Amino acid sequence: MMVSSHNEQSLEIAARQSAMGILAKASAQDLAKAWKTLGLEPNYAIIRPAEIGLVMVRGRAGGTGAPFNMCEATVTRCAIALDDGTTGFGQALGRDKQKVLQAALVDALWQQPKHRDLVETKVLQPLASTQKQAENETRAEVAATKVDFFTMVRGE
Amino acid sequence: MYVAVKGGEKAIQNAHKLMARDRRGDTSVPSLSLKQLSEQLYLSVSRVMAEGSLYDAELAALSIKQSRGDLIEAAFLMRAYRTTLPRFGYSKPIDTAKILIRRRISATYKDVPGGQLLGPTFDYTQRLLDFKLAADGEAPTPEMHKFEKKEVVPRVTDLLNDEGLIEPDELLAPDAPVGDITREPLTFPADRDLRLQNLARGDEGFLLALGYSTQRGFGRTHPFAGEIRLGEVEVDFFMEELGFEVPLGTMTVTECQMINQFQGSASTPPQFTRGYGLVPGQGERKVMAMALVDRSLRAEELGEEIDSPTQDQEFVLSHSDNVQATGFVEHLKLPHYVDFQSELELIRKVRKEWQEKREASEQELVAEAAQ
Repeated sequence: MMVSSHNEQSLEIAARQSAMGILAKASAQDLAKAWKTLGLEPNYAIIRPAEIGLVMVRGRAGGTGAPFNMCEATVTRCAIALDDGTTGFGQALGRDKQKVLQAALVDALWQQPKHRDLVETKVLQPLASTQKQAENETRAEVAATKVDFFTMVRGE
Repeated sequence: MYVAVKGGEKAIQNAHKLMARDRRGDTSVPSLSLKQLSEQLYLSVSRVMAEGSLYDAELAALSIKQSRGDLIEAAFLMRAYRTTLPRFGYSKPIDTAKILIRRRISATYKDVPGGQLLGPTFDYTQRLLDFKLAADGEAPTPEMHKFEKKEVVPRVTDLLNDEGLIEPDELLAPDAPVGDITREPLTFPADRDLRLQNLARGDEGFLLALGYSTQRGFGRTHPFAGEIRLGEVEVDFFMEELGFEVPLGTMTVTECQMINQFQGSASTPPQFTRGYGLVPGQGERKVMAMALVDRSLRAEELGEEIDSPTQDQEFVLSHSDNVQATGFVEHLKLPHYVDFQSELELIRKVRKEWQEKREASEQELVAEAAQ
C-alpha cells in the first residue's frame, strides 16, 4: 500500500512538473490566450506577489563533471491560493509578472480534480502542441544543414 | 591616494543631456526598438549577456541601446542591474546532452553519430559585403528536411571515453561546495569551478588573444574542436516550498569541447585531455577561446611546465573581467588634480636637488682643473 501511494505521489509530482514546464516555456501571449479559453475566473489570494529575482544557472565542467556557476538569469515567481486553499506556483525565466501569475493560477486549477481535464485540454495540450511544433520545425531546419564532408586523399 | 572633487553638477547634467541627444542621432530615423536589437543583433546581445553574466535578452538589448552599442559599457550596465535583484538560489546543473540542437559540429569525426549539423553559421561564407541586405531586410525561408524522431546526438567526448582514450570528467561529491565569485572574492590558486565561472564572464577579446597565443606556442595545447553545440536547454530549479524541482523554461547556450594532446605521466597513460567552454546565448568564438584557456589553466593539475601567460592563473583570471579592467583603466580620466599637484611639487623638488648637485660637482671639477 505504502509503495503504491508513494508511486502515485511521485507520478503526480512528475505530471505537475511537466505542466509547470509547459507553462514556463510558453510565451506570455500564448499563455494569456490559452487562459482566456478556459473561461474561468477563480477567486484567489496572493501568497507571494510576483517578484523578479535571479537564479544562478549552473553548468558542469566538461558537460558531465563537477558543477560550476555559468551566469545568472532573471526569473519571476509568484504563489497564489484558491478559495479552497489549493496553492499554485508560477515561475519562469524572464521578467513577466502577468505570465507567472497566470501560470500559478493554472497550476492551482490543475490540482483541483474538477478542473484538471479542462486545464489539460484548454491550456496545457494546446501550449504543448505549439511548443512541439516549433521544436519540430527547428529540428527540420537544422536537419537541412546536415553535411557529409568527404576527406580528400592527399598526393593522388 | 585619490582625492575627490566636488561641484560641476550643472555641466555634468548638460553633458549627459548632450550624450542622450547624440545617442538618439538623427531624429528623422526611427528609434531602435529592443525587439529589433534582440532579434537582429543577437550575437551582440549574447556577448553582453555572457560578459554581463546575466541571461536576459531584453535587458541586454536595452543595455546595448543605452550604451550606444559599446558592448563593454553594456556589460557594465547588466552587472549594475543584477545587484538590484534578490538571488533566489542556484539551478540544477543544465544537461547539455539534452539540448535542442540548432548547431552541432565536430572537427574530429567526419561521421559522428547524429551528424554534422551546420545550423545558422557564418562558416563557409565568403565574407563579401551583402548589398542586398543593405537594400532590404527580407529573409529567405529555410529549407526543411526530415529528421529522425528518436535520434540521439551523443557527445563526441563520450565516444572517445568508450575507448578510454580521453580523460573522463572529474566528479566531486554531490554536496561538494561550488565556488561563486559573485559571493566570495577570487583567491589563488583557484579551483576549476571558479576558473570556469570567471572565464564564462571574461572578455571575449582577451580570451581570444590568450587562446590564440597557446596555439602559436606560448603554452602549446595542440587542440582539436571535439564538438561545438548550440541550442536550447531546460533550466530546473529546486523549490524549497514544494520540495521538488521545477522547470523554469529553456535558455540558449553554446558549448565547446576541446580535445588536447597529453603525454601522460607516471600515474596516467598517454591520453587526450580536455578543455571546456560554456556561455549563455550564441557565442561560438567565445566558447572556443574559453576551452583553450581552460585547458591551459589546467597545466599545474596535469603536471605541465608553467612558462607562458595563459597557464598563469593569476595573470589570466585577474585580467579577464572587462568590467573590472575598464573601471581601473578608465578611472584615470577622472580628476586627479590633487594627486598630480603633489607629483608636480615632488618632481620640482627633485629636479632642484638634481640641479644643485650637478652645479656642485661642476664647480668641484672646475676647482680640480684649476689646481
